[in-house]
Amino acid sequence: MASIEARGLRKAFGKSVALDGVDLTVEQGRILGLIGPNGAGKSTTLNAILGLTQCEGQLSVMGRDPWDQRDQLMTDVCFIADVAVLPRWMRVWQALDYVAGVHPRFDRAKAEGLLDRTTIKRTSRVRELSKGMVTQLHLALIMAIDARLLVLDEPTLGLDLLYRRSFYDSLLNDYFDGDRTIVVSTHQVEEIQHILTDVVFLDRGRVVLSASMEDFEVRYAEVEVRPDALAEARALRPIHERQLFGRTYLMFDGVDRSRLAALGEVRSPSLADLFVATMSPLSAQAGVAA
Amino acid sequence: MSADVNPAPAAPHTTRPFYWSVRRELWENRALYLAPLAVAGVVLAAFLFTSHGLPREILREVATGGEKASNVLHMPYAAAGGASFVITFIVAVFYCLGALHGERRDRSVLFWKSLPVSDLTTVLSKAAIPLVVQPLILLVVVLAAHLLMLTWSTAILLINGVDLTLLWGRLHLGLMWTMLPYGLLINVLWDAPLWAYLMLVSAWAKRMTFVWAVAPPLALALFEYLAFHTKHVLGLLNDRVFGGMAEAFSVGGKGQVPVRSLADVDVMRVLANPGLWSGLVVAVALFAACVWLRRRSDPI
Repeated sequence: MASIEARGLRKAFGKSVALDGVDLTVEQGRILGLIGPNGAGKSTTLNAILGLTQCEGQLSVMGRDPWDQRDQLMTDVCFIADVAVLPRWMRVWQALDYVAGVHPRFDRAKAEGLLDRTTIKRTSRVRELSKGMVTQLHLALIMAIDARLLVLDEPTLGLDLLYRRSFYDSLLNDYFDGDRTIVVSTHQVEEIQHILTDVVFLDRGRVVLSASMEDFEVRYAEVEVRPDALAEARALRPIHERQLFGRTYLMFDGVDRSRLAALGEVRSPSLADLFVATMSPLSAQAGVAA
Repeated sequence: MSADVNPAPAAPHTTRPFYWSVRRELWENRALYLAPLAVAGVVLAAFLFTSHGLPREILREVATGGEKASNVLHMPYAAAGGASFVITFIVAVFYCLGALHGERRDRSVLFWKSLPVSDLTTVLSKAAIPLVVQPLILLVVVLAAHLLMLTWSTAILLINGVDLTLLWGRLHLGLMWTMLPYGLLINVLWDAPLWAYLMLVSAWAKRMTFVWAVAPPLALALFEYLAFHTKHVLGLLNDRVFGGMAEAFSVGGKGQVPVRSLADVDVMRVLANPGLWSGLVVAVALFAACVWLRRRSDPI
């Protein structure tokens, strides 16, 4: 059974359409990156999955309707909706007591162990902690919950590189076990590429790309095309073209690598390269012109 | 099961979401118990400060005789109860206005909603603060203050060799300690729609909850007075806000003659008042609306 199954999700706020027919399938044990520019509908999609907002269309999360069965769903699902949502008045020990008191799958010993690796004091109030420490605390609380699905919406926004790196390392080493499903949305594409198993690009409420990372590595290739092979390369319908230091780079989707090798030097693009290629208005023009 | 690199997760344990949600409210809003403690403390301090004159006072009152003696002796006990009552009411107003507003303003609603605590449990735990927790705190604080006063007075009189019956015979302890829980209960029932209304404003308004709570009813009352030269709305507001005190502590619930003995208390008359029951129905509806709004609440 898929952890998340969405068909034709639609959501409008007044006249602005946030989701315009989103289809999404996330199997158990996958780590999905939800990537898109601001206003693409990432947060709305995640909020629908968490039962925080009502949507048109079909949506099943862990076999449940997240809006109608939200209360039951929340024992299986955990989320960090945003940075800095921990109540500022709360003390660290109160947060531990509270989560232990309300969550049947909270492992207090594990949370304490994770906190022991940090410099966070049990008696501190959240407002006295730095932004990075608040995130560490939140992550320690969430990772100690044996949830089947973890949803992270921009979990590292505004953190410095060291905290961002340790956030994802910790997630992989201390949390992910192959059974759990993780959905993460972020702007920092480069930093999460190596942890993802699947990726979805959202733009203006629509899914513009959905692929597993294995697919992604096979399908996409970028070629630094030799000047004399440019016309031949453009005939192969590149999805994106860019110039850098007088050289021309073309990106291809599903074109055989041996064929591309004849045109110039072939390399695998990063997710960030593909993101730019898919999202920039130029790529649309290139697609039409080719 | 796949090979697990992590230690086996702890077995699911039983939880008490309602209990911990109430604890949470007390952690966040320490004024709920600190305010009545402080006020009772001030009254107690004033009492201790003046208590050296107690034996002389008692003997003088006894010498002049009359009903007045009993009143003077009762004064500090009534003051401790009354002042704690008033401060608890004020704290409840501000608590309710912040209950479902603060969590949206500081975005922590997203954290609370990430845990398996239903909106119904959340609203019920917040409603329980003015309906159950504050009255219990008030009861304990006032009883403790009364007992301390009584012990201290007794000690002072013993040291000065004054007959204890002069004090104990004149204090209507039975009446006082019956009226305290009884009055609290009547007030809780009577004020329930007020707390529900304030909480609904806190769930709905984006800012300035106090203004949103107070301005519309007052504007309505003003409009009525200017247009029709009547004061029905004002009367209703006055009744809903202060009616509980009159119901509990005055003869016939008229707010004129204070209750002086248990014979003045007519429980059946209070329970037969349709205003009490219609208020409770309204309170339930307003709390249900709070749950509906909490379900849909976003950070602001």
